[in-house]
Amino acid sequence: MSHLLRGQAPITEAGWTLLDDEARERLGPALAARKLVDFKGPRGWEHSATNLGRVESVGDAPKGVDATQRRVLPLVEMRAPFSVARSELADADRGADDVDLEELDQAAHRLAVAENAAVFHGWAAVGVSGIAESSPHDPIKLGKDCERYPRHVAKAVDALRGVGIDGPYGLALSPKAHTDVLETSQHGGYPLMGHLREIVGGPLIWAPGLEGAIVLRVGGGHFLFESGEDLSIGYLDHDAEAVRLCLEESFSFRVATPEAAVALTP
Amino acid sequence: MGFDQYHEPPAELPDRTRTFARLCTSLTEEAEAIGWYEQRMAVEQDRDAVAIMRDAQGEEFKHFCMDLEFLLRRTPLWREIAQGILFTEGDIVEHGEESEEEAVEGEAAKGAPLAGSESLGIGSLQEVAL
Repeated sequence: MSHLLRGQAPITEAGWTLLDDEARERLGPALAARKLVDFKGPRGWEHSATNLGRVESVGDAPKGVDATQRRVLPLVEMRAPFSVARSELADADRGADDVDLEELDQAAHRLAVAENAAVFHGWAAVGVSGIAESSPHDPIKLGKDCERYPRHVAKAVDALRGVGIDGPYGLALSPKAHTDVLETSQHGGYPLMGHLREIVGGPLIWAPGLEGAIVLRVGGGHFLFESGEDLSIGYLDHDAEAVRLCLEESFSFRVATPEAAVALTP
Repeated sequence: MGFDQYHEPPAELPDRTRTFARLCTSLTEEAEAIGWYEQRMAVEQDRDAVAIMRDAQGEEFKHFCMDLEFLLRRTPLWREIAQGILFTEGDIVEHGEESEEEAVEGEAAKGAPLAGSESLGIGSLQEVAL
């Protein structure tokens, strides 16, 4: 049995299939960062740190000896706990199609938002620098008038080309910015979404957990997400009423080419 | 009693793997039956008997295809390799080598789960976005 302890849970095979399928369905749309940055792994639960290929000197090395120490980026473990009523799982086994998995859905959203936020804005406490904060380009103010977004996004693309970063580019948008774009047609009725897509030449992504927007080079080894254990559902405990489970993963993230992104602030 | 389809202790195998093994055994049996009918028809002189056997072989073709489709749906990597080989024209071995290489490399790039992993198998979503 793995550390997820799934075999200890009072859940049938059909129940696990239901939970896994639901989690996959809810995570897919919200995992914005994975649609834009490079994904390495999964390396497994035992994988603890990302090799940075660098060393730092050791101050108090023994006399007559030079010593350096490898620098690594430790993986962070994230868990989003949730409960499922045992009566709902029993109903699912009977063939119910309307099983209440609201807490699982919420946990999936929390974890996706946390992953996106770590990638786009960083997480200082675990040593992760985000794409927006790492960018050396001056941030571009999005402003409230989203009819001006094409101008701002084109400026960001120009900035990337100006430092030799060629496409394909992608545009990640905060939920608010994404909604504004969807709701807006420019003069002549041309949808703003289509215009922005033409400018970046790549995907436009709804990105919960992101503030504002980011234009970045998609792929190419510039932004590196390393997965230890990929998103999984594990067992915590249970009583007569409910089973407590958690969605979990371990990962690190690092920016290899800070100039390959431009932040657009709200 | 035959439990020959299990190579490992059945009690230690998840339901999904036991089902997979049963269908693999069924696939093998259908292929054997197809071969048997082919041999019987080759030596049978009675035309009526041959017609019945041909009809029966058609049933085995159907069973084989249904088993295979089930297994491919449950095994994305197998399905991807099969897509590069089945219903093509030209050199089968060449198609097989190319298909395997592309599928295996593609799996690695997409962050396919490690063997035995219980993860959701989400991995990279870059391909979805592009």
